[in-house]
Amino acid sequence: MSDEPRDDGFDDLLDAIADGEGFYVECDEGHGSLPPRLACPQCGSQELSEEPLPDSGEITTYTVVTVPTPQFDEDSPYVTAIVDFGPVSITGQVQGVDPEDVETGQVVGIDVGETVTRDERVIVFEPR
Amino acid sequence: MTDPRVAGVGLTHFGKHPDRTGRAMFAEAGLAALDDAGIDPDDVEALFYGNFMGELAEHQGHQAPLMAEAVGLDVPATRYESACASSGAAIRDAVFRLRNGEADVALVGGAERMTNVGTAAATDALSIAADDLYEVRAGMTFPGAYALMARAYFEEYGGSKAELAEIAVKNHDNALPNEYAQMQQEITVEDALDAPIIADPLGLYDSCPITDGATAAVLVSEDYADDHDLDAGVAITGSGQGGDKMALHDRRYLARTPATEDAADEAYDDAGIGPDAVDFLEVHDCFTIAEVLALEGLDLYEPGEAIGAAARGETTRDGDLPVNLSGGLKAKGHPVGATGVAQLISLTKLLEGRHPRADAVESADTALAHNAGGTVASATVHVLQEVGR
Repeated sequence: MSDEPRDDGFDDLLDAIADGEGFYVECDEGHGSLPPRLACPQCGSQELSEEPLPDSGEITTYTVVTVPTPQFDEDSPYVTAIVDFGPVSITGQVQGVDPEDVETGQVVGIDVGETVTRDERVIVFEPR
Repeated sequence: MTDPRVAGVGLTHFGKHPDRTGRAMFAEAGLAALDDAGIDPDDVEALFYGNFMGELAEHQGHQAPLMAEAVGLDVPATRYESACASSGAAIRDAVFRLRNGEADVALVGGAERMTNVGTAAATDALSIAADDLYEVRAGMTFPGAYALMARAYFEEYGGSKAELAEIAVKNHDNALPNEYAQMQQEITVEDALDAPIIADPLGLYDSCPITDGATAAVLVSEDYADDHDLDAGVAITGSGQGGDKMALHDRRYLARTPATEDAADEAYDDAGIGPDAVDFLEVHDCFTIAEVLALEGLDLYEPGEAIGAAARGETTRDGDLPVNLSGGLKAKGHPVGATGVAQLISLTKLLEGRHPRADAVESADTALAHNAGGTVASATVHVLQEVGR
């Protein structure tokens, strides 16, 4: 890691996912969201707790990006997907499978990888 | 409370003008609008200006005073930034200012310089309309985000890439006589289907181009129009705005746009009309799927029904509900912060009978402008009606 300032909440979540201890933020009404949060984005409740992220989720939708931004120049083509973990959904890249074989409904686990282009951390989904 | 009138409009050519500065483009558009309105520039009381990526493209923040100065105006000026809905938001505040009697003459507009930074940097700049931490860092691009929505739509309601291609063909066809349009180029469904993929399932012709351009409109109170005997027969009779969660993954729907639904409900109520009163409209078709989502969000089609509207000939020029007669963002071009006012300009000219596609809507009197920001985390809707002088 460099001396760059961290992004509190986001980097904490990535550290936790890398350690196999992913979490999400839950309000007292049961709405899930991603950190940092002081208020629930669904209902505004400030009664929040960190709960363990389910071990796996299902791909809701995905795209194969062939025209990337410069920070993903050498990564493309890559698959960006939204995965539904139940109480919360997360966007990340699907790896460990040919882009042609990615499907909605596929069950995936979550991890943290690095981009090819700039060695930056990225949330990664891999088929279970 | 009376409805503001559109007294004059002006714009630059939309296209690749990498050497033109934002201030030069906005000066051209603003002066053209003042000239078209035929008013004394000293009567302008405020500038409402939309711009999205000025810091990244021109290393220029605080653009509004610069733009007022460029048009030769010494007035309070504020920049609005709501991604691609920036000048839609600017129109809305100008409408409120005029309605509540705090001003009689406002200049609204927008400008965007984009092609000077190149495609990769422009793609990067556009991506920041999404959630940087949780979407952009996962590789989401602007086309990628709409591709996620397009696939979700196909999964939920069905539909095909060929139906999306029909939307591109329609909008390109509409732009053919539009001298301000970036793409005056006829395409076929086969061209669109054979084009390179940008973010599967969306290809090159599903996507609007990267565009430089500026737009401006002079809005005046009804009293000012009457007192000065202005030829301003188009009124903004309804305004609405809606919002949604920033990141797609936090949304309740991936194949519906509640921000548009809320904006439309408010605008229809405000104008005292229902969706059935709409004769034609300009919608925010940054991607072909976005036109589908817009038409459903505006309650002009049931969810799942608008995907085939162009293919069925309903939204084409000779259909019952012409959509994007200007060519839309798709063919006219999308200088992001200028687009909301570009829609207002097209609708005004169409209602006044001085647009090259005006013959398609000769007997029409009610039109709608739909401007969306990001993946529709922001949306504005305005109702324009021909009310006569």
